[in-house]
Amino acid sequence: MSRRLSFYVHIPYCIKRCGYCDFNTYTPAELKGPDLLSVSSNYISAALAEIGMAHKVVGEAHVPSIFFGGGTPSLMPAQELASIIAEIRSRFSLLPDAEITIEVNPDSVTSEFLSEMRTAGANRISMGMQSAVPHVLQVLDRTHNPENVSTAVGKARAAGFEHVSVDLIYGAPKESFDDWRISVEAALSIPIDHISAYALIVEKGTKLAAQISRGELELPPEDETAEKYRYADDQFIAAGFDWYELSNWSRSGGSCKHNIAYWDGSYWWGVGPGAHSYLDNKRWWNVKHPNTYIQKVSEGVLPALNEEELTEENLADEFIMLQIRRREGIPLDRLNNKQIENCREYLTTGYLDEQSWRDGKLTLTQSGRLIADRIVRTLVM
Amino acid sequence: MPAIPLSKAPQPAATNPEQIRNFCIIAHIDHGKSTLADRMLGITEVVEARNMRAQYLDRMDIERERGITIKSQAVRLPWKSGIDGKEYILNMIDTPGHVDFTYEVSRSLAACEGAILLVDCAQGIEAQTLANLYLAMENDLTIIPVLNKIDLPAAQPEKFALELSKLVGCKPEDCLRVSGKTGAGVEELLDQIVAQIPAPKGKPEGPARALIFDSVYDTYRGVVTYVRVVDGHLSPREQIQMFSTGVKHELLDIGVISPEPVSSKGLGVGEVGYLITGVKDVRLSRVGDTVTTFHKPATEALSGYKDPKPMVFSGLYPIDGDEYPMLRDALDKLQLNDAALVYEPETSAALGFGFRCGFLGLLHMEIVRERLEREFNLTLISTAPNVVYRVTTEGGQELVVTNPSEYPSGKVEKVLEPIVRATILSPSDFIGTIMELCQQRRGTLNGMDYLSEDRVEIRYTLPLAEIVFDFFDQLKSRTKGYASLDYEPIGEAEGDLVKVDILLQGDTVDAFSSIVHRDKAYPYGVMMTTKLRELIPRQQFEVPIQAAIGAKIIARENIRAIRKDVLAKCYGGDITRKRKLLEKQKEGKKRMKMVGRVEVPQEAFIAALSTNADAESGKVKK
Repeated sequence: MSRRLSFYVHIPYCIKRCGYCDFNTYTPAELKGPDLLSVSSNYISAALAEIGMAHKVVGEAHVPSIFFGGGTPSLMPAQELASIIAEIRSRFSLLPDAEITIEVNPDSVTSEFLSEMRTAGANRISMGMQSAVPHVLQVLDRTHNPENVSTAVGKARAAGFEHVSVDLIYGAPKESFDDWRISVEAALSIPIDHISAYALIVEKGTKLAAQISRGELELPPEDETAEKYRYADDQFIAAGFDWYELSNWSRSGGSCKHNIAYWDGSYWWGVGPGAHSYLDNKRWWNVKHPNTYIQKVSEGVLPALNEEELTEENLADEFIMLQIRRREGIPLDRLNNKQIENCREYLTTGYLDEQSWRDGKLTLTQSGRLIADRIVRTLVM
Repeated sequence: MPAIPLSKAPQPAATNPEQIRNFCIIAHIDHGKSTLADRMLGITEVVEARNMRAQYLDRMDIERERGITIKSQAVRLPWKSGIDGKEYILNMIDTPGHVDFTYEVSRSLAACEGAILLVDCAQGIEAQTLANLYLAMENDLTIIPVLNKIDLPAAQPEKFALELSKLVGCKPEDCLRVSGKTGAGVEELLDQIVAQIPAPKGKPEGPARALIFDSVYDTYRGVVTYVRVVDGHLSPREQIQMFSTGVKHELLDIGVISPEPVSSKGLGVGEVGYLITGVKDVRLSRVGDTVTTFHKPATEALSGYKDPKPMVFSGLYPIDGDEYPMLRDALDKLQLNDAALVYEPETSAALGFGFRCGFLGLLHMEIVRERLEREFNLTLISTAPNVVYRVTTEGGQELVVTNPSEYPSGKVEKVLEPIVRATILSPSDFIGTIMELCQQRRGTLNGMDYLSEDRVEIRYTLPLAEIVFDFFDQLKSRTKGYASLDYEPIGEAEGDLVKVDILLQGDTVDAFSSIVHRDKAYPYGVMMTTKLRELIPRQQFEVPIQAAIGAKIIARENIRAIRKDVLAKCYGGDITRKRKLLEKQKEGKKRMKMVGRVEVPQEAFIAALSTNADAESGKVKK
């Protein structure tokens, strides 16, 4: 029986870098190269070559999902992305119901791009909305106009995309509770079947981190950010979405298969600079810069920068760390007596769901989700 | 050239007491004592120039780094007087330079006939120097006032000569002026030592009596005991006996320091040197004790012997509980070289297994702690230092309390606490602020004198506990660093004292209990609860922090329950990073202590306990 292997394809380019973003992405100015189009076609050739290498390493495999992330995949010409889908299809066995997602920027995405991608087999759109409030978008350094989001979602629907998701960020500096309420309502007013909502993480080395450390911006109190999570969760559920992971909600049939693959220990191959892969208890990650990446691949070597072999303990920790974030929770028979004892306090204080505990599973209540990392620490230590 | 080659100089065991001069140098820590001593070693040529290093006589790293002398040492210097042209032996006995070691200083002084009062003529005399000067005068020592650092641009020799002359009772022009740095005036000083300090007197034919003024443990030779022979004679291979313990030893080696140890045929009246008997523990060879011979024992000990008495106590705990056996071994080893260090095992609910240690004072405490960490590679947490209380309960039972958590919880009839006589020297501008500080610290003014126009000596009686609690830091900060402090224990007094407990979620944290004056209980409670609220991370439940006297709550703070402790994103590229963070937190968790259900990081304990203990470090660091 052949294995299953999901693909993540990283598109490491953006027109402009957002102030909070620490992803591996490069702007034309940073690349100092010719125009983005000529850079990108070199890049796509390299990505195609890496897929060939993946085939050599893995052999036969069924592909249940492909995810184009970035960066800004929608900056690429549609036929280039289509060529990647085609390459995966030709090397591996792309399952008929495979989920193929493309992240798009609501400002720049066009109807043509969307229909071409739909024709190429893509069936899910993920859109970076972040907020519906202009001054919050400004803090986040986003360029888009809030109205563009619903227009872009309309275009995606018209192009035949059944699954559309938006990303929201809460807890940014200058975001009031009412600002968040506006963003949540705006997201729920557009025809989507999936929402990811993340509390802002201030990553070291970003412009935002510098602004905060200089005192130019201030994060809102953690307790308020916690309230924002509760509010969003309540609203999403009332609107017919269910949480299936701590920061992800979907309507029926709308959960993201690709992301679930990360969480349930499935194998995936990350194509592109800085992308991580996971196969047979081994995780590796590629060199970060696109030029180095292109260089390595053109020499016919795997562009991995580093790798780690996961020990039994690593795997056990990761299982708990990832599984606890999911609606399915952790089967109690995967925990030892000490872990169960240590968790009882969370049960009596309302952080763990009593009904599912009785059903033999550890799952988090809304309050519990907000302190998931703490509960993980209790479990693994 | 007044230096004499060692081989031609008068030899140990055969030196006429008339040719001997025994002296010490009394000086504040940075007034240049070590530099002057180095200069004397150079001029008398006992150390060749190419072997010279700075602070030659300071043995421990800590001594060199901090510029203080913890242990004393004695060097034999041959010198031909430029005045009468005769040959002499000068024994320079180095004295410890700190308040905690007053008793050791007094024994060093007792081994001398004279003392050089060395004062930096840019700074003037300091309180500890003054205290040691009075001690020297009480011992009837001849005092030679010397102004050092005359080469400094900021030197004010006239001003400070006047100050010294008043203190010593001489004329200002009798103060010698030297520079240890350039060597100016040092030869004259050596001549004056010969001319002014009396030769030692003793009974050469009488039973041997030698005063132990220092005792040092050496890994290779065992205990090296430094003595000054008062009467009689000590010879190699002889059986000797210690007066206080009655223990008998064989003299394996006897000799002088010049400045490296040189074996001799013995030591006669007035001579200063070392003894080695093979014992491994300095407590068998105590400072202040009298050495005599077994076959012809003296009937009377030299006066002034005292058992070292710890005045300040603190709990020492390894941060990593696994290091407890190492800590025990390290204390055992340190005690071989430190007769004043006492310790006994203690268990704290909050800190685990450790030791309650007794020290002569705050500096002694800090030195021991630093040596444990540096020489034995331990990482320690120490509780706030406290003094010894004698408590009489209502039932008439008397308890000695060295750990605040053992203070009786029932009614007490009476509490006695140690009190000290403190001397503060300061520019007169700060009189007001110093008096205010001393009043706040329950002090009683005993008197005040002007040393010169703008410098005063202020004398207070204070509870030792108040000094132990960050007094020195306060004094320094209120006087811009100008005031100096000395104190000596003078007994006990009754105090209106209470124990303040700190409770986390209803559980007493023994490490934070403190005995304070009733009027200070509330501020102490507020200070600790506020501090802990900042230091203890939020838990998944609310944590009340309370300060209480018995069952009565006097201050309260709340740590609200944590609401959010989760990172929102976790995708393919985040997993490794997130797991590594978790592994790091696992390590960190080992450093967490559980107080009831509350997780308290070690850092919180360290920070909460650190207030007072840092006080002395400022004092000894240059």
